[in-house]
Amino acid sequence: MKLQVSHSPHVRDKATTQSIMLDVIIALLPATLAGWYYFGIRAVLITIISVASCIIFEYISRRVMKRNNTITDLSAVVTGLLLAMNLPVSLPLYMVVIGACFAIVVVKQMFGGLGNNFVNPAIAARIFLVIAFPKAMTSWTVRSGSWFSFDSTDAVSSATPLTKINTSEAPSLWKLFIGDKAGCIGEVCIIALLIGALYLILRHVIRPWIPAAYIGTFAILVFLFGKTNVFNFTGDLTVLSGWGDLFHECCYMILSGGLILGAFFMATDYVTSPLTTKGKFIFGMGCGILTFLIRYYGNMAEGVSFSIILMNILTPHIDEWTMGKPFGEVKENAKV
Amino acid sequence: MSENKMKDAAYRSPDERLAEKKSKYTPKSIFLNGVLYENPALRLVLGTCPLLAVTISAKSSLYMGLAVIFVLTASEAIISLLRNVIPNKVRIPAFITIIATFVTIVQMLISAYFPALNESLGIYIPLIVVNCILLARAETFASKQKVLPSILDGLSMGTGFTLALLLMGTIREVLGCGTFFDMQLPLFGDVIEPMMFFMLPPGGFFVFGICICLVQIIMKKQEKHASGKSSTPCGVAGDSSDCLSCGGCSLCKGKEE
Repeated sequence: MKLQVSHSPHVRDKATTQSIMLDVIIALLPATLAGWYYFGIRAVLITIISVASCIIFEYISRRVMKRNNTITDLSAVVTGLLLAMNLPVSLPLYMVVIGACFAIVVVKQMFGGLGNNFVNPAIAARIFLVIAFPKAMTSWTVRSGSWFSFDSTDAVSSATPLTKINTSEAPSLWKLFIGDKAGCIGEVCIIALLIGALYLILRHVIRPWIPAAYIGTFAILVFLFGKTNVFNFTGDLTVLSGWGDLFHECCYMILSGGLILGAFFMATDYVTSPLTTKGKFIFGMGCGILTFLIRYYGNMAEGVSFSIILMNILTPHIDEWTMGKPFGEVKENAKV
Repeated sequence: MSENKMKDAAYRSPDERLAEKKSKYTPKSIFLNGVLYENPALRLVLGTCPLLAVTISAKSSLYMGLAVIFVLTASEAIISLLRNVIPNKVRIPAFITIIATFVTIVQMLISAYFPALNESLGIYIPLIVVNCILLARAETFASKQKVLPSILDGLSMGTGFTLALLLMGTIREVLGCGTFFDMQLPLFGDVIEPMMFFMLPPGGFFVFGICICLVQIIMKKQEKHASGKSSTPCGVAGDSSDCLSCGGCSLCKGKEE
């Protein structure tokens, strides 16, 4: 028997690891399909290789470590899918396999498998790949050739919208929203991601606290301390477009990069996020602050990945700090 | 080495020979102890700072290892010679002074004859002075043992450290740079892009952890094998369980005496 640790009240539920993972896969599908639509058949290939190699590595490592087989809980599929969504479409295919190996073997199975990994395997693999192959991982492309072209040179390399803000090349907010921009396979189509997130929230698979706190904190910080912030804003607020300009940078920063994907699908990972609601808020706010700091003052465009992984590491401490008092306990300084 | 050992043994008084027998140090046990069972880098986790810093290439790892072998052997020999002269209360400063002398000699030699090497190893040559391995061996071995075993211990401990450096340096250079001793390897470069990760500090920690893990697996296998034959896996300390639980054989040994 395995002991499940969580705070009270304990409610019996029909959900199993498998059913939750299946829900996550369903929720990830719209964004994956959108990514395939925008980036062509090479994106499909990367997704298939990532998922397949995650499953194979899971099987092999469980076999070698003489543990029971866990492929059927679908967690490896989710990791593979998330990893593929976090990769640029032009990435050489063997790097995808290396990333999957790092995610499953090193981050997940070496620490004891699902439930014992201290950081999200997909994000850890992404960060590993960014550090290992900085050039390949940051060459973002916009597809220009045919949809069926496997050749990655067919694509036009382009900077991520994050680095293009305030230039003439900056895409419009609508383009950012529907996903017509450079970026990773799964992070571009915001509307598809939001549909998936809504599904997860309605199915009670995730609670909205972490994404709300994350995106909210980030938006407030950009609003207050961004490049065109509320203090140095010079536009005319008596007309409607002035208000639009005031909130433009806020919306732009939220819609570009991997913030939505990270906030809804990776920061909410059960294993590596706090159990209590209070803890979830602290976790989300921490992610928001770190993302803001890294995006505005850091020298790597990895705000979301690094902030989530740092907060993952702090999760046990947040849990300990926010754990509820057992009912009926006498306060330490209470008068008797 | 064994020849020297025998010659040395011939000049001993009977009770000295008895003491030698009691302590169970044989050339083989000392050597295996330094290289495997008490490998300073991968078993005792000493000298981690240079280990992580210089292992970005196999070449600098090898030179660092050779420098440590020289300093370790020479300082252990001198400390062993002076072990009855050095007052117990000031032994640490005395050890450090002796070690620093040899480190200075090494540094002067390197900067005179291999200026390029001096550039690449940089601060890590003078930092050998504060390398825990040297002080640990001086304290636990050289200050208690005769000269020849001390020299052998210095050589074997140094070899163990060098092998660990070389192992890590090779892994990091091959994966991180696609080269081995500055030689371009065939598959890397064109087919597989070298992974920058292994040249950076996180890669160092990563490879370090994997190497410790590998040595641990080897030790577990040895232990199983040895327990089957009911001999001590440690080869030095009498009680194997005691030795494995604390990880420092000669430290236990020192306490027992």
